[in-house]
Amino acid sequence: MIVELGHYALVLATVLALVQTVLPWLGTQHSRPYAYLTGPVAVVQFVLIAGSFAALTYAYVTSDFSVANVASNSHSLKPDLYKWTGVWGNHEGSMLLWILILSLYAALVAIFGTNLSTTFKGMVLSVQGAVGLLFLAFTVATSNPFWRLDPAPVDGRGLNPILQDPGLAFHPPFLYAGYVGLSLTFAFAVAALIEGKVDAVWARWVRPWTLVAWAALTVGIALGSYWAYYELGWGGWWFWDPVENASLMPWLAATALLHSAIVTEKREAFKSWTVLLAIVAFGMSLIGTFLVRSGVLTSVHAFANDPERGVFILLIIVVLIGGAFWLYAARAPHLRVNSAFSTISRESALMVNNLLLAVITLTVFFGTLYPLFLDVLGGGSISVGPPYFNITFGPLAALLLLVVPLGTMLPWKRGALESAVQQLRFAGAVSLLVLVLSVVGTQHVLASIGLALAAWLVLGAVTDIGRRARFFSGSLADSMRRLTHLPRSAYGSAIAHAGLGVLVVGVTAMGAWRMESIHVLQPGEQVEFAGYTVKLENIQQTTGPNYISTRSTFSAERQGQSTIRVFPEKRLYPVQGQATTEAGIHTTLVGDLYVVLGDPQTEQAAGGWAVKLYFNPMVIYIWIGPIIMALGGLVSLSDRRLRIGVPAARRRPVRDLAAAE
Amino acid sequence: MYRILAFILVVVWTIPAFAVEPSEMLDDPVLEERARQISQKLRCLVCQNETIDESNADLARDLRVLVRERLAAGATDEEVIDYVVARYGDFVLLSPPFKPSTFLLWIFPALALAVGAGLLVYLRKQFTNAESEQNDVELTAEEVQILDGILDDSKKSSR
Repeated sequence: MIVELGHYALVLATVLALVQTVLPWLGTQHSRPYAYLTGPVAVVQFVLIAGSFAALTYAYVTSDFSVANVASNSHSLKPDLYKWTGVWGNHEGSMLLWILILSLYAALVAIFGTNLSTTFKGMVLSVQGAVGLLFLAFTVATSNPFWRLDPAPVDGRGLNPILQDPGLAFHPPFLYAGYVGLSLTFAFAVAALIEGKVDAVWARWVRPWTLVAWAALTVGIALGSYWAYYELGWGGWWFWDPVENASLMPWLAATALLHSAIVTEKREAFKSWTVLLAIVAFGMSLIGTFLVRSGVLTSVHAFANDPERGVFILLIIVVLIGGAFWLYAARAPHLRVNSAFSTISRESALMVNNLLLAVITLTVFFGTLYPLFLDVLGGGSISVGPPYFNITFGPLAALLLLVVPLGTMLPWKRGALESAVQQLRFAGAVSLLVLVLSVVGTQHVLASIGLALAAWLVLGAVTDIGRRARFFSGSLADSMRRLTHLPRSAYGSAIAHAGLGVLVVGVTAMGAWRMESIHVLQPGEQVEFAGYTVKLENIQQTTGPNYISTRSTFSAERQGQSTIRVFPEKRLYPVQGQATTEAGIHTTLVGDLYVVLGDPQTEQAAGGWAVKLYFNPMVIYIWIGPIIMALGGLVSLSDRRLRIGVPAARRRPVRDLAAAE
Repeated sequence: MYRILAFILVVVWTIPAFAVEPSEMLDDPVLEERARQISQKLRCLVCQNETIDESNADLARDLRVLVRERLAAGATDEEVIDYVVARYGDFVLLSPPFKPSTFLLWIFPALALAVGAGLLVYLRKQFTNAESEQNDVELTAEEVQILDGILDDSKKSSR
């Protein structure tokens, strides 16, 4: 009964999405009498979809195997956590989550968008409704999670064991919050094109939503990468896999959008470019969805693919993005630019930022899809793997990182390169010192460049705050006072840029100084590795809630340090007949000791177990960095200027301000 | 019963989860390191975007052994890679070869950067034009008066 209610709510929500799309258009061009109703419709739609989602969750938690989706993806013995999160561990359920988040964003605009004009808000919700309608229709027609089975099976087929992991349980909600968050900026962009108006108020609305989406996407990608690191069992953190690229492309586009929207807000420039980026960023998330779910590109992470669904998603892309581009071509030339700037200015720096980010995004896009194009055109099959991306992405990214601190030093409109360089002399000198010392010390030029760039970014961020607080020119007391009064967005930007530097440290160290060794060990035997004395203590058979495990205990000692223990496992999930490896990882800020247990060596007379030891230097910074970046985004979001609804209230006439001084 | 069955499964049905096995490795560490380097450039053909160095598939294992056999027979890195490509085609290379069908792929990033930068330089002229036009606009006498008024007000109130 509850499941049927959920099903019914989903269908009703589909109808409401249609209503939400059409309603604001009724009436004449000058009067849209029903536009004000769009908001309530959006809220009701969200409530219905939330109810639908709750119904499916209920079916999962109570292990109702008469529901086909539950029977295919759950099992009565599955741990409770994964009964909850298993809801989105499959194609149908994850589509429902996608739609839920989509309708949540629409409801948020409906509720908090009080300072938007009724017609503009109506248009935004109409576009958001259209996106929702297409995805609801897709879900109801091709991916309905509510179909029943008769007779119901005794037990379910279980969830893919590699998805039974906390990291991956929370990876999709963050990722979708990011992907789908970009639908809202898309809706704002299209609504602006329909209304033919892009101004600072518009950009002030777009920025916080982009920030939310960007921060969520950052965390989502980091979680996915961390999961791959500890679950896939060979300690890699990024594989340039199509599915990973599918999440990276919208992230890169959103990063560009974030920076471009600043210029639109503060200087009313880059208008048509910002609108274009908003369309492209959401286009990239749709393409990502298509790549993951259609199966045109196979990947390690793909968990749900089906060609027919792929065609449907492709149609959605054509309708939404094609339509938006058509509108863009018609309207963008009419967007007036009200501001000019000189070659050396913040605007120009952000232009370079956007150019590089755009080229990087296109490169990833092109590299990911090139094999597909070539194959379709009969050019033979090729693989475009990590070596290609490393060699193309690397230099472009390095160039981008090099400009970041310079850009933050330049003033709007007109600046002088000399003064920017002057302000950065300390950061620059230290970075150069890092470069020289590292080249001399390690002889690894690429890695030294990486470390120097990391220092440059972090020190650049510190300099940025110091400069804004006038630590280098004013009195200390004055600077401290200024420090507490700096806008939060200034801190947000500095934190995010420093986080990028932290990420670069991890990436560089992992690329250059990773250690690996393979051994055959008897219980009680020990080896020397990376300064540790690693000993295989014992191996036991144990059982978990829904798996059986070969669990080993390793101890590792380093001179003058207490003994650490790690417990690498091999798990077998009998329900799915599938095995997973659980690496034993000891994480420190210097590096991770990463131990993988292999098979018993039956071929050799002496027996023993295959063991792989890795030392992953500073790998933790690869995820600390993005977390810092996302935090920077949140700090920036808390800036009162960006807080929803505040801009209108804060406008005071010049005379009042003068009187208050 | 369940435990016994499970134990049998674990022991008999060896779990493929380890990629390079100790038994595959060459005794000569230099040769082995070369084999690892080569393996990281070759794609496991039956897998989903994994190198043969990372993959647990049987075919990947066969290829790893093949690479090591060729190296042990004295082949150079290039000879080994050419040998594998001759058997399995360009698809096996994770870094696509530079040839007519991949020219576009390889020059794309540089091309995109050049075109983008060129476009910006072209647009820059527009921005500077807009600037000079804007700078030409002078304040009207009325506007000057209003501004002066505001400035006077603020001076008075701050006293």
